[in-house]
Amino acid sequence: MSVKITLDGKEISAREGDNIIDTAANNGVYIPSLCYVKGKPCLGTCRTCSVKVNGKVMAACTIPVSEGMEIDVNGTEITDMRKALVELLFVEGNHNCPSCEKSGRCELQATGYEVDMMVSRFPYRFPVRTVDHASKTVWLERDRCIFCQRCVEFVRDKETGQKIFSIKGRGTESRIEIDAALADKMPAEQVREASDLCPVGCIVDKTQGFDAPIGKRKFEIKTIRERVLEGSTDEG
Amino acid sequence: MSRKLIIDPVSKIEGHGKVVVQMDDNNQVTDAKLHVVEFRGFERFIQGHPYWEAPMLLQRICGICFVSHHLCGAKALDDMIGVGYSTGTPMLPTPEKVRRLGHYMQQLQSHVTAYFYCIVPDMLFGMDAAPEQRNVVGLVEADPELVKRVVALRKWGQEGIKAVLGKRMHGINSVPGGVNQNLSQEARDRLVKGEEGLISLDDVIEYAQDGLKIFKDFHKENRAEVDAFAEVPALNMCLVNDKGNVDYYHGNMRIVDKDKNIVQELDYHDYLDHFSEATEEWSYMKFPFLKAFGREKGSVRVGPLARVNVTKAYEDNCPLANAALEEFHDYTKGKANDMTLHTNWARAIEILHSAEQIKVLLNDPDLQKEDLIITPADNAWTGEGVGVVEAPRGTLLHHYRANEEGNITFANLVVATTQNNTVMNRTVRSVADAYLGGKVQAEITEGLMNAIEVGIRAYDPCLSCATHAMGQMPLIVTVLDANGNKIDEKIR
Repeated sequence: MSVKITLDGKEISAREGDNIIDTAANNGVYIPSLCYVKGKPCLGTCRTCSVKVNGKVMAACTIPVSEGMEIDVNGTEITDMRKALVELLFVEGNHNCPSCEKSGRCELQATGYEVDMMVSRFPYRFPVRTVDHASKTVWLERDRCIFCQRCVEFVRDKETGQKIFSIKGRGTESRIEIDAALADKMPAEQVREASDLCPVGCIVDKTQGFDAPIGKRKFEIKTIRERVLEGSTDEG
Repeated sequence: MSRKLIIDPVSKIEGHGKVVVQMDDNNQVTDAKLHVVEFRGFERFIQGHPYWEAPMLLQRICGICFVSHHLCGAKALDDMIGVGYSTGTPMLPTPEKVRRLGHYMQQLQSHVTAYFYCIVPDMLFGMDAAPEQRNVVGLVEADPELVKRVVALRKWGQEGIKAVLGKRMHGINSVPGGVNQNLSQEARDRLVKGEEGLISLDDVIEYAQDGLKIFKDFHKENRAEVDAFAEVPALNMCLVNDKGNVDYYHGNMRIVDKDKNIVQELDYHDYLDHFSEATEEWSYMKFPFLKAFGREKGSVRVGPLARVNVTKAYEDNCPLANAALEEFHDYTKGKANDMTLHTNWARAIEILHSAEQIKVLLNDPDLQKEDLIITPADNAWTGEGVGVVEAPRGTLLHHYRANEEGNITFANLVVATTQNNTVMNRTVRSVADAYLGGKVQAEITEGLMNAIEVGIRAYDPCLSCATHAMGQMPLIVTVLDANGNKIDEKIR
């Protein structure tokens, strides 16, 4: 059923029940997101897609559109809030873009460019996080984890459906964990999918690295904004 | 009244250093030191990173010779995964030639930058000229056509680096066991033919001869001064191929003496058995030396002057560089050349050699082939690797170790400027003796300050690499009396 909503002051028709992030993309308005994957259930973990809905700040991936909804995506205040959220993700981890093999394919980096982040307004926390090498195929580089939980929900053991990744601990002690036995059962293709699904360089495929030359990396060919607006469903 | 002369920082070099010259009551130089006062710590903070990130992260040590660091690291990783030279595995032709091409491109643009922007102004305007004139802006005013050619040459070199490594600075093409792309026919044709705003390969060969002509003209008019300026004895070292001639990418480390006798030749994987590094509390830069000769006699010179001293000839397909090299060798009648300012002559020859080698490589169809990487056999992992290349400033070494999980646990970088540390200090002492020794001169002249810098600049030292700082500091020269009272100071 079609509903009328207002998107950045412009009245548009939308399909009731679609989330704001897809609706906006269908109407040429880009909303950054780091946990949402089109076609999969929303996670609502990163909050990078925050917009104002009828004056209240909400995560666009979690809210279905409804009749009369007024959505502010590109207002000055909410735009700066999203930028601050991206900055926080950078300062909460240890991100070394120059040496990270996900550079050029990293959604956090690409989103940083999209929100025009030059430097963080927040002090860096420099958390001490250990790498997990237990799996034969996956290098878990915890420094880069942004706790989006894509891997937790969407990477499952093919036979049992069990989760391979999980979040342990609370608050600043939170950490991503990997079930090495299950991870080692993943076929090479699934390892690559998991690595691509990770919006940062946390899940690293041990068998491949720096295979895409500079200039031919995902977001160098087409920006994350262009991919979202054309409705691309490929992650990572 | 004893005096202390301080030059801080030394200008028109990469990084931040200062010079202190100590004089006694009779105005004799009693000590001269090049202090390197920046500290960076790359060897420490690579620890804990996945081994394959080392060449990507450690190349960030430098904005000039990053390709050398990248390739050095890549060679170390080849060893580490069990497909490198230490295991007797030759690199596939295409990746080796792609790596070499990137290396020569960088050598070209690095040498052109140092030579024309930092060194040529000293030659054209003289050491006594005002600093306002003795720089690249002065060069633009004096000879705009030359500067246009230099800019075009550098641009071509940068475009070459971009074609090979993906970016003009800090690109990535080398991965353990090979490279991640070849050179496309389109990219190759663009570099050969040029386009609007980009010179052709033929232009590159022509422009690359400018530096040599400038040096020769300068030398012809100032022969005595140039030859007498800081003649500093030292052993000379570079990588050599099977024929005993310089190889910028791979070979044995050969060390020759004044008579060009080989005093030592070693597989670089064994460098720890042969080299030791001394430290001094007044500098963050170490002082490497050959153990067999001790610290004083075992310090080596590396870089352009060392390379042209060691090598007998270049490849047969470099006629212009070979002719220039022969003339260079004839000048000292077969002996090693210890004249510091002749380093600039050697650098000009190497600009030409790089251009000719690039021409050879760009005409090699192997660059477009698809066999790019060697996959190691199971259990080939060695966990340790050493890589060495001849960087623009001399022999550069990276040594890594990683644990079974692949975390880097150890990194040692021995960079060219570090190898040259003792020789540079000798040069400073030599210049200080010549320009200050025995002279009653409380007033510091511009020429006096610059003479010391010219001696250092000949090595094109990269102190940022060598200490593994950024920013620009004023040059301060202070004369102190025996009691530490300031009697003169100049700041620029």
